[in-house]
Amino acid sequence: MRLVYFAWVRERIGRPEEIVEPPEGVETVSDLLRWLRTRGEEYEHALEHPATIRVALDQTHADHDMPIGGSREIALFPPMTGG
Amino acid sequence: MACRIHVAVSAAPFDQAAELAAITAGRTDIGAVVTFTGLCRDEDGRLAALELEHYPGMAEAELGRIAAQAAERWPVQALTIVHRHGRMEPGAPIVLVAAASPHRHAAFAVAEFVMDFLKTHAPFWKKEHGRAGDTGWVAAKDADDDAASRWREAGVEDAGR
Repeated sequence: MRLVYFAWVRERIGRPEEIVEPPEGVETVSDLLRWLRTRGEEYEHALEHPATIRVALDQTHADHDMPIGGSREIALFPPMTGG
Repeated sequence: MACRIHVAVSAAPFDQAAELAAITAGRTDIGAVVTFTGLCRDEDGRLAALELEHYPGMAEAELGRIAAQAAERWPVQALTIVHRHGRMEPGAPIVLVAAASPHRHAAFAVAEFVMDFLKTHAPFWKKEHGRAGDTGWVAAKDADDDAASRWREAGVEDAGR
């Protein structure tokens, strides 16, 4: 699946997007965030407060308890500040 | 009520007069148009520019979803949402919402509803560039979350005021 990052999540992770293959057992948004934090200190820094992170599955807002199975594009970003 | 919905996300400045003309042209059934324009402010002279990052594709989709919700909830005849991205200097317009309805109450309510949800749901992020060379991401405000959730609690009658 494709992960895309925005704003300070993108800056802290150090790239705008990547393709990942999460291991077996990563089923929900929460699982994904937990797994990503094990991938290095830049991820740990970006995702240290998981409750703050907003997530979109295929460009639609999703809660952290939602299953990610079948999503082609998952976006992680901070709370929005447009307008 | 059929609603003409127009949503656009662009780096280019928008033409407010043209957007309004597109809503009212050739129509005599509209009784009220309420517009909201959000501008880049200078934060007491501290700010050199704002940089608006967005999620291409989802930004348009989410604005469309917000517009559709508003059109379902109020008798609105036309609804335009235009949001810019990229770098803008103090004084520059960032966002335009224009809502048309037969009577003013729905138009006021729709403009406010759209802005409250846009703030919390549309994938845009502001980064400040200070005159001193400093930069920093703007933090989301709890007050914006409160403003959006208030519409969930309010009935259509209350929200229409």
